[in-house]
Amino acid sequence: MSDLIRKNASELAELIASREISSVEVTQAHLDRIAAVDGDVHAFLHIDTAGALSAAADVDAKIKAGEKQSALAGVPLGLKDIVASKGLPTTCGSRMLEGWIPPYDATVVTNLRNAGVVILGKTNMDEFAMGSSTEHSAYGPTHNPWDLERIPGGSGGGSSACIAAFEAPLAIGTDTGGSIRQPAAVTGTVGVKPTYGAVSRYGLVALASSLDQAGPCARNVLDTALLHSVIAGHDPKDSTSINEPTPDVVSAAKRGDIKGMTIGVVKELGGEGYQAGVQSRFTETVELIQSLGANVVEVSCPSFPAALAAYYLILPSEASSNLAKFDGIRFGLRVGDDGTKSVEQVMSETRAAGFGDEVIRRIILGTYALSAGYYDAYYGQAQKVRTLIARDFAAAFAKVDVLISPTAPTTAFKIGEKLDDPLAMYLNDVATIPVNMAGLPGMSLPIGLAPEDNLPVGLQIIAPAMADDRLYNVGAAIERELLVKWGGPILGLAPELAGA
Amino acid sequence: MAEAVMNYDEAISKFDPVLGLEVHVELGTNTKMFCGCSTVFGAQPNTQVCPVCLGLPGALPALNKIGVESAIRIGLALNCEIATWCRFARKNYFYPDMPKNFQTSQYDEPIAFEGYLDVDIETDEGRKTFRVPIERAHMEEDTGKNSHVGGAAGRIHGADYSLVDYNRAGIPLIEIVTKPITGTGKYAPEVAKAYVAALREILRGLGVSDVKMEQGSLRCDVNLSLRDTPESKLGTRSETKNVNSLRSVERAVRFEVSRHAARLAAGDTVIQETRHWHEDTGISTSGRIKSDAEDYRYFPEPDLLPIAPSREWVEELRATLPENPVVRRARLVADWGLSEIDMNTVVNSGALNLIVEAVAAGVEPAAARKWWTGELSRIANDRGLEIDDVPVTPADLKRLEELISSGALNDKLARQALEGLVAGEGDIDAIVKVRGLAVVSDDGPLLAAIDEALAADPAVAETIKSGKLAAAGSVVGAVMKATRGQADAARVRELLFEKLGVSE
Repeated sequence: MSDLIRKNASELAELIASREISSVEVTQAHLDRIAAVDGDVHAFLHIDTAGALSAAADVDAKIKAGEKQSALAGVPLGLKDIVASKGLPTTCGSRMLEGWIPPYDATVVTNLRNAGVVILGKTNMDEFAMGSSTEHSAYGPTHNPWDLERIPGGSGGGSSACIAAFEAPLAIGTDTGGSIRQPAAVTGTVGVKPTYGAVSRYGLVALASSLDQAGPCARNVLDTALLHSVIAGHDPKDSTSINEPTPDVVSAAKRGDIKGMTIGVVKELGGEGYQAGVQSRFTETVELIQSLGANVVEVSCPSFPAALAAYYLILPSEASSNLAKFDGIRFGLRVGDDGTKSVEQVMSETRAAGFGDEVIRRIILGTYALSAGYYDAYYGQAQKVRTLIARDFAAAFAKVDVLISPTAPTTAFKIGEKLDDPLAMYLNDVATIPVNMAGLPGMSLPIGLAPEDNLPVGLQIIAPAMADDRLYNVGAAIERELLVKWGGPILGLAPELAGA
Repeated sequence: MAEAVMNYDEAISKFDPVLGLEVHVELGTNTKMFCGCSTVFGAQPNTQVCPVCLGLPGALPALNKIGVESAIRIGLALNCEIATWCRFARKNYFYPDMPKNFQTSQYDEPIAFEGYLDVDIETDEGRKTFRVPIERAHMEEDTGKNSHVGGAAGRIHGADYSLVDYNRAGIPLIEIVTKPITGTGKYAPEVAKAYVAALREILRGLGVSDVKMEQGSLRCDVNLSLRDTPESKLGTRSETKNVNSLRSVERAVRFEVSRHAARLAAGDTVIQETRHWHEDTGISTSGRIKSDAEDYRYFPEPDLLPIAPSREWVEELRATLPENPVVRRARLVADWGLSEIDMNTVVNSGALNLIVEAVAAGVEPAAARKWWTGELSRIANDRGLEIDDVPVTPADLKRLEELISSGALNDKLARQALEGLVAGEGDIDAIVKVRGLAVVSDDGPLLAAIDEALAADPAVAETIKSGKLAAAGSVVGAVMKATRGQADAARVRELLFEKLGVSE
């Protein structure tokens, strides 16, 4: 069985489609793996054994009946617990939604089900996607499979860890400021934040509506592309969804040819504050890219240093409004309703009890930033920064095909290390945030281990809006060379988990 | 505890009133503003809801195009400019009837702005036109509806518990806000009423709303302030909510003028507050204190795209506007040969469109007007119906008129037929048949009835013969009564005179 869980999604799909193995067998293998290691990793908040096996059996039956299946039919997947799934708990890592079962599926989930992808369960995350370590989950942290003492990144640490721990070959994450890419970087996996509007947000519990985007997570570029093409596409239920065909990311992932391309290194995303081993792996990758026939130039994006500050005004502002609905009236937690209190008291007690400290911190920040008299100075100013960032990108893409940087400034840090220092935590996303601010697509690709701690380092690749295919083309070209260099997937270098 | 009020005339002699009117109109779209749920009124609570209008986690709004179209048409009909680019905003506040705890509304970028509406009122110097300046018309969504159970009079304070019905949540609303209306002097109550009435006519003509004030599809808030003179700066205003009939609009203005004046004359300040109007007692009572500092933390709605109506689309919509009510009124006055006073009666009856429809169906204007402003208005009034809800179609009136002109029915029988229609007894012909409504044209029964009437009052025959023909009325009346109204009164009179050998 253990060789099944180490296979790529594309391989599994082919085996299932040719009926060499069944989806039920594949699904069971992953459920077994979860049972063996998730006690240590804690990537999952809910496991849907019955639902997964039933979905797998459906796929098997359809294949047997000769029905044409999608390229990922029968392959299991971990779904971030912020994505509404009918009949399956959706807690967002919060006490506030403990026990809430959505009556509807997010469009992403509908797309997955239609493609025959088997949902194993819901993955852990920082509460309402606020965090970079998954330590802010109300249900306890997720542990990095490379070193269980360390964080798996966040907010989507459960999605990245479940892939890195071979509990699932695929996962869905959401990325508001780096929550797909930074976890991918620190777990040695691949994660893509598609162009804003490329994947429907309908059914993603909103953190910051103008920044949120769901995306694929996997162990290699091609699997990521296959999942990307399943979940992307126009959705009339999401007004911000782009009504254009999804770029052919799968072909790009199969191509991997960067000869003659111009690739820009973002000057502002590197140097001071970046770990030495992160920087050295990045520099090696630049040399690799040049060796593949691409032209590498340095590009300056002078507004980027303001991105983090602007982000921490826009995100809390939108979040303070998006999270207002959690009041104990219609769903989820209700506290203090003993028949003696006013509705305001019940709302207030519910919110005080249901939200964790980081969530409360950001709601207060956002409420303040939107207040009359402060709006222009904070929210208004932050939106101007956003415009400047978009202009920097536009100027850069006039000269280059894609931009690159390290995904995160450091490798995975120790659980608890930054928990009491929100600013240090926020800095994890310094390189990923500008991409969300401009609505662009970005990928994190593993490029090796930092020599000083033997932990994975990620390369961020950024493309213009709706040119998501470029990420896959560039990622595939680099990945092909690195697989040769490493003698196989980078996760082969990770320590075997004790429970297995 | 009733507040002191000053006699209206005295109040107006001392102060200059400034009006402001905010009207919320529920659009008559089939679906809600941001989801596909039905908007039909009166369904079981919480049966017309979905993840979007319940504000469930993850749900997103999708804009109703008909809602935008209606907003633009309303803006055009109110002589507004239409924004080339505008956005929705979130108005953030916590209340259990708001599923998301923010209302998706428009803030500083309304879809329509800078318009006006001319209204006519009767003044001491005759008919006069006032121009009501309109600041904006913007789109928003309605909230759910709270019912407070137990405690005092359906108010949340002191209630045992509250129930929320989200069927209404997300129904498209257009809020139409006037600028401060100055220069009305003592006619402020009449201008307010005429404005709401004219607005209602326009909205009805546009077909964008059923504008039923008692069902809340048209809701009016009356803002009022007083100042010493027209040159003084604006005084502190009160905002009276729940003013849900035309009559109440007028009364609420009158009451607030009197109440403000009493406070100001006593040296008190007017408190800036929301007040509740009480239709039954005709007074307003204090609601919550409202300050300008109330902070809704507005910001542009990130879940919806900006709206940029093309000028071509706006012009297409302009072409769909019905005739301007002022122009139309003048045309109808001419076409129907009415006096202005007759036309006022028609407009005030609320039956103008019904009459127009009847005339279009072939009923004589005079007859259509007579039925709708007379008998049918009375029936509506007796039964507590809006005139629009009286179940009489143009075809019914046409048939009724045919029966009258052929002599099959007289006026009295026709009224009975209308009663039958409203009572749901079937169509005109069926009612005539079942109720046995027919003018008795056979002279036999009439002569018998005349004989009976003369026998009952032996003196009357001599009186008539002596030339006092007016005395015939009592005989005709007795015959009509005996025949249950089915006699042709003129024929009865003819037969009576024949019998007595007198001529008219």
